[in-house]
Amino acid sequence: MSDWIDIGALDDIPQRGARLVKTQLGCVAVFRTAEDRVFAMDDTCPHKKGPLSEGIVHGESVTCPLHNWVFDMNTGQAQGADEGQVATYDIDVRDGRILLDVNRLSARSAA
Amino acid sequence: MTEKLVIIGAGMASGRALEELLKQAPDAYDVTLFNAEPRGNYDRIMLSPVLSGDKKFDDIIIHTSDWYEENGVTCRFGEKVAKVDRERKVVIAENGDEVPYDKLLFGTGSNPFIIPLPGHDLEGVIAYRDLEDTNRMIALGEKPDAKAVVIGGGLLGLEAAAGLKLRGVDVTVVHIMGHLMERQLDEAAGYLLRKALLDKGIKVMCSANSKEIVGEDGHVKALMLDDGTELPCDLLVMAVGIRPNVALAGDAGLSVGRGIHVDDQMITSDENILAVGECVEHDGNIFGLVAPLYDQAKVVAKTLIGEEATFVQREISTKLKVTGCDLFSAGDFAEGDTREDIVFRDPARGVYKRLVLEDNKIVGAVMYGDTADSNWFFGMIKSGEDISEMRETLIFGPAFQGGAPLDPMAAVAALPDDAEICGCNGISKGEIVSAINDGATDLAAVRAVTKASGSCGTCTGLVEQVLGVTLGDDFVIPAAQGMCNCTDLSHEDVRRMIKSQELKSMAAVMQECGWKTSCGCHSCRPALNFYLLADWPLEYQDDPQSRFVNERNHANIQKDGTYSVVPRMWGGITTPDELRAIADAADKYNVPTVKVTGGQRIDLLGVKKEDLPAMWYDLNQAGMVSGHAYSKGLRTVKTCVGKDHCRFGTQDSTGLGIKLEKLLWGSWTPHKVKLGVSGCPRNCAEATCKDIGIVCVDSGYEVSVGGAAGMDVRETELLAKVATEEEAIALTTAFMQIYRENAKYLDRAYKWVAKVGLDWVKEQIVDDLAQRAELVERFELSQTIYRKDPWAEQATPEYNRKKWQPMADLSLEAAE
Ligand code: SRM
Ligand SMILES: Cc1cc2nc3c(=O)[nH]c(=O)nc-3n(C[C@H](O)[C@H](O)[C@H](O)COP(=O)(O)OP(=O)(O)OC[C@H]3O[C@@H](n4cnc5c(N)ncnc54)[C@H](O)[C@@H]3O)c2cc1C
Ligand code: SF4
Ligand code: FES
Repeated sequence: MSDWIDIGALDDIPQRGARLVKTQLGCVAVFRTAEDRVFAMDDTCPHKKGPLSEGIVHGESVTCPLHNWVFDMNTGQAQGADEGQVATYDIDVRDGRILLDVNRLSARSAA
Repeated sequence: MTEKLVIIGAGMASGRALEELLKQAPDAYDVTLFNAEPRGNYDRIMLSPVLSGDKKFDDIIIHTSDWYEENGVTCRFGEKVAKVDRERKVVIAENGDEVPYDKLLFGTGSNPFIIPLPGHDLEGVIAYRDLEDTNRMIALGEKPDAKAVVIGGGLLGLEAAAGLKLRGVDVTVVHIMGHLMERQLDEAAGYLLRKALLDKGIKVMCSANSKEIVGEDGHVKALMLDDGTELPCDLLVMAVGIRPNVALAGDAGLSVGRGIHVDDQMITSDENILAVGECVEHDGNIFGLVAPLYDQAKVVAKTLIGEEATFVQREISTKLKVTGCDLFSAGDFAEGDTREDIVFRDPARGVYKRLVLEDNKIVGAVMYGDTADSNWFFGMIKSGEDISEMRETLIFGPAFQGGAPLDPMAAVAALPDDAEICGCNGISKGEIVSAINDGATDLAAVRAVTKASGSCGTCTGLVEQVLGVTLGDDFVIPAAQGMCNCTDLSHEDVRRMIKSQELKSMAAVMQECGWKTSCGCHSCRPALNFYLLADWPLEYQDDPQSRFVNERNHANIQKDGTYSVVPRMWGGITTPDELRAIADAADKYNVPTVKVTGGQRIDLLGVKKEDLPAMWYDLNQAGMVSGHAYSKGLRTVKTCVGKDHCRFGTQDSTGLGIKLEKLLWGSWTPHKVKLGVSGCPRNCAEATCKDIGIVCVDSGYEVSVGGAAGMDVRETELLAKVATEEEAIALTTAFMQIYRENAKYLDRAYKWVAKVGLDWVKEQIVDDLAQRAELVERFELSQTIYRKDPWAEQATPEYNRKKWQPMADLSLEAAE
């Protein structure tokens, strides 16, 4: 079951950019691609905790600003030789508003 | 007891033999090494890139003095051996010193052949063999309107001509045969080569017979041909062939023919004397390319340590090291009754390929314009494989055999293990693959372990492709090929496109250059953003999303995701008020660390992202602006106290530093740029290890460029000495702009200068005053947009400070 929360307008995020959403479990990075697709993942890089929201967004991937690991935003999976995965969250855009599924975010906090 | 080994000649062949020997039996011999040249072993092949300015001599040294010292080799460089007394087993140096040997190795190389034309002994008639010759040619390039004639249209002559041309010399090649490189190329390929050289502005005369060299006051003035043509020149380079250097061996009574006779073990007619390299004659043949010499060197080392080894002559191939002239030749391509040709031509692309077949085998290959498959063909020549099955498609190369796709990586993947990759060192694909499997996972490591691509360098791309094929995604083929995986075009190509096609947006570049991805990647986008803003300062809109985090957030990101804030301190000068404002900001925003940087200013480390705009606002109020400690742009201008205070100061170094910093700040550059201005040659501002350094002297200012003190420590090289502060400023500004307009993104000034050559830079901005003024003007134009404080812009209340905050805070939502 999904639990959608409005976190803001699509235009709050620059194209090929990201903004943060603070949660009890830490920051979630919300990305917007050049084609206006939106993705949400944990902000913290599994390598050395680099802030992924500060990375360069290209295609549907983002490059961590600290040591250039590249993550596929669809899966959160590190690309190429690097191994690691970031948790991703369901997200949707309706009428220019961004909706985040906080179900898993709160389910984890409850556990 | 260790035996004594004396080596005559520290050339490429004896150098390799020595390496092999030391590798296998480091303590077997006590080695003394004589060399007539006043230096040790260097990569003679690479004199051509030194001539053309692609490399410096330092880059091509094979054995440094440290290397000789570590290996306990006694060096007698600049000393010629005058005599060998075989009876007493001693060699006698020119100064009469005697050095006894148990074993003696000749590695005396060869002498360039000088045609004994009338006037051949005039000053200004040189060969092309060593560093001295190379330097003579380089020096000619400094002379305005210099002219040179090269006699000889073979490999060496053409490399000399191409290098001279790049140095700005007006060159004519005079070749006696009907087409160029007739020993390696057939007529059709020779024609294409000639056309390419003419396009480069090199004059080429074939079937031309030299008659006489005309001089004036003992110096060469012109070359006369026998048809009466007179070719005026300031330098005449003879590159007509080499003769093995056998005089010393002959005098010592060794058996010599064209070269010093050796057997399969490289032993001469005296069992204690060996010979290696271009000076030898083996089985009736002499040698002029390094590949067989390196094979000989291996045999020499084995023989010296008493192990069995045999030198076998093998096929050799030739490539020309002239940019833009891709040619390859191997085997025998003379026509004959039993031979057939397969020829492919594509006139539009200037491609010509010819295979010579005999008994269903390839015996020779010539290719011009597209040499991608040359190694595959060369492998077939060597293996003598029967080609009847693939005859129809043979000329199209390996990619067409068995339907593999037309892609260079696939072609390399299809090469058999024994295919030769590095011709100079005789390294096969299999050897490289096993080195890679043993842990050599980049070009440098493969080069270190196998020596592949370490000599003439033309196979570098192939070695990289082998790395790519073997390692898969673990190996990213370096940018020299394409900028990144998004394009096969190099940085240089893309920059050219941006300028020539007037591409003014990132979308235009990606469309016109056929980007393979939808919106680039983290490595091409920052580069494109820089190229576009540098080339079209008024038209292009800077794209923050294509900038690395530091440049987007105007602060250096730290390992924990906080930032550091470094305000500018112009020329390292500050005031009590500024210091108070910094202290206040540190208190107000709970800065954990305050540090004095290596760049004469203060760093506030550990600031939270959300606090940045407010902190900047406070610092702005005290008159401070961003120090760009994070940018590929102007960083600091380091100064010393100069003549206002210092008893040695000759000029106002602090004042000049401040003026420069105020002029240059805010500008974006291919890599960071640091300046230093010192008040006297004591150089307390360390100006000579900055990208641009100015050292004040009594009579003016020495402006030098290309220093660094990071991963590479480089001393600057003098650009020019000027009399006035205005000139020093103009020259510095022009250098900034010419670097911005031309360098590859992430090439620091010293790397870029090494690529184009300091002489070129001097021509553009020291000698050409009009050009200097235009560059300054273009810099100023760009600065009308970029000389501004990014902090001030983002710290104003009108600016959307929200972007520094999270877009939503759900941490307060009730947990279930
Ligand atoms: C703060 C400072 C060290 C200090 O505490 O003194 C510093 C800090 C950093 N240097 Fe530096 N460098 C600092 C002076 C230097 C100097 C000394 C100098 O400028 O006189 C050098 C050697 C001189 C030179 O540049 O040639 C220096 C050579 C480097 C290099 C190597 C550059 C190279 O071409 O090899 C890098 C890496 C790079 O730029 O790619 C680097 C990169 C960095 C970065 C930006 C690393 C990064 O990308 O995050 C560091 C940021 C730390 C931070 O979080 O703030 N830093 N760095 C100095 C700031 C000077 C300033 O006021 O702006
Ligand atoms: C400009 C140029 C470009 C080239 N390009 C290529 C290329 O692309 N590919 C390729 O395969 N080959 C190339 N070559 C050829 C290659 O450089 C030579 O084949 C190789 O250097 C020969 O090595 P060597 O050791 O036999 O002789 P050298 O390297 O010439 O060494 C001989 C040394 O012996 C010294 N010597 C001679 N007599 C005495 C004495 N009596 N006492 C003391 N010392 C003495 C000489 O000073 C010299 O330093 C090129 C050569 C030149 C000049
Ligand atoms: S030397 Fe420079 S880059 Fe390295 S840790 Fe120190 S500040 Fe960082
Ligand atoms: S912290 Fe992300 S790549 Fe190192």
